[in-house]
Amino acid sequence: MARIFAYITHKNGGADDSALELAAAARKIDPAASPTAIVTGFAAELDTVCEAIRSSYAEVWKIGGENLAYPNAELVRKALVRVLPAGSIVLLPHDHFGIDLGPGLAVKLNAAFVPDVVGIDRVEGQCLNVIRQEFGGQVSAHVRCDGSSGAAITIRPGAFKALESAPVSGTLVDKSSDAGALASGRRYLETIVAESGDVDITKHQVLVSIGRGIQDKDNIGIAEELADALGAAVSCSRPVVDAKWLPKSRQVGSSGQTVKPKVYLACGISGSFQHLAGIKGSPLIVAINKNPKAPIFQVADIGIVDDILEFLPEMTERVRAL
Amino acid sequence: MEILVCVKRVPDTTENELQLNGNDIDRDDLVYSINEPDNYAVEEALQIVAKAGGNVTVATVGGEDDEEVLRREMAMGAKQGVLISDDAFNGSDGRGIATILKSYVQRNHYELILTGVQADDGAAQVGGMLAAMLDYPFASLVTSIEVLEGNKLKISREVEGGNKEVSEIDLPCVLSIQTGINEPRYVGMKGIRQVASIEIPAFGASDLGIDRGAVGAAGAKVMRTDYFMPALGKGAEILHGSREENIDKVIELMKARGGLN
Repeated sequence: MARIFAYITHKNGGADDSALELAAAARKIDPAASPTAIVTGFAAELDTVCEAIRSSYAEVWKIGGENLAYPNAELVRKALVRVLPAGSIVLLPHDHFGIDLGPGLAVKLNAAFVPDVVGIDRVEGQCLNVIRQEFGGQVSAHVRCDGSSGAAITIRPGAFKALESAPVSGTLVDKSSDAGALASGRRYLETIVAESGDVDITKHQVLVSIGRGIQDKDNIGIAEELADALGAAVSCSRPVVDAKWLPKSRQVGSSGQTVKPKVYLACGISGSFQHLAGIKGSPLIVAINKNPKAPIFQVADIGIVDDILEFLPEMTERVRAL
Repeated sequence: MEILVCVKRVPDTTENELQLNGNDIDRDDLVYSINEPDNYAVEEALQIVAKAGGNVTVATVGGEDDEEVLRREMAMGAKQGVLISDDAFNGSDGRGIATILKSYVQRNHYELILTGVQADDGAAQVGGMLAAMLDYPFASLVTSIEVLEGNKLKISREVEGGNKEVSEIDLPCVLSIQTGINEPRYVGMKGIRQVASIEIPAFGASDLGIDRGAVGAAGAKVMRTDYFMPALGKGAEILHGSREENIDKVIELMKARGGLN
């Protein structure tokens, strides 16, 4: 079995949750494996992350450099290509950085690429059989990957449960000089922090959250009326923001707000993993959707197969009459 | 600026309940159309050439059926459609598709190559692979583009929490365009009719000098073996009452959770 590496993303000196999830995925691929963590960054922040990760990985490779202070996928790719042994399996989180890095990394390593993996089915020699989802999570797929010349695999955040294992005291290996000089055609300028909107959906106990099923801007009113009756706020999933029917500040998900309500009414929302990543704190999730196969029904507590355009106004009437 | 937008024809599954058929999904009743994120990429390309001049070409790797999505994007304003089609391409993985597109790009001249953020398989891979093969810079999840002096762009990417990562990127480059970057223009039947007679050139493996063993099923390292319905886990408790009964049940549960007084 090839050597397995996990690329650790981090921010403000703290490793991302994916760090331990990748270790769990590595053990699913090879229970005997002792995966190696790779951390890129600069100065004290990099050292802090490496030190923290040493308790979870038996070996930690550190690649430091001033131009790695802010993660630039092209520079990180060039560094990884120089330090990784041929035929390695590299695990990355399927987030905005993994999406930026993974495809090009696989090309430059001449390795197979499998994105957004949610499960490991079985391993037969150098053949990895993994599980993905397609069509917005409506169906799953078995995917066979020829790992004979290595593989780069992005792992869906949250799909593998972080391993609770006894802390280890991993070896730290400084690979900075092996990475050599790095240059990129893309240069980071700044991060613009999301604007807060008219309504702070993170502060509400009850959210009436709408998705593509609302169908038209003119129908937003029926969600607002129910929210008014309930003392709730209206939030939404990505397609509603893409259509400019509600501002970005109302979007729940990994690229929007993280909310912790008591009750989450998912109305006409299919339930992509990016959306679900924004719901924390185990609220009561009630899903109302016309499509009985909508992925939201896999994670909701209560499901109702119905048309929200009829259901919501009736619920509003009912709540007002209480 | 000469811009290439890579597009894909996909089944519209947002409103449909998918069923399995053998190792595939049942595609008989599905309506195929343009991959929605690709519309944002084409719209963005059209807005760039409206300001900076140049032309937009749309290309797809597929078969004759896929011409319809090229025409749809030409009706939006793309000047040229290109069909890249060969039996040898069947069964290509993401890398195979990127290899095919690379050969096409190398025989032409584009300063900017756009893709939609992802297609029906949710892989989000071809743009990044194509860039690496061409040794062009790449950025994914792009939410704004501004053309700067000196052969470069200022772009934003969507990162966590709705934050925007702003960078400069040199041309030529490849960008994957996130949905919501713009409002794609409407295409009516009249628009489609106006481009109906424009010839769409087709290129095969030999036209593009593509090694047949490097693409298609022969060159694929990654292959989907079958689809299956996801295990439901604990799954939702589905309410089977009348609408009125279901509403009462939801209200009762909300009260129990302290979400309603």
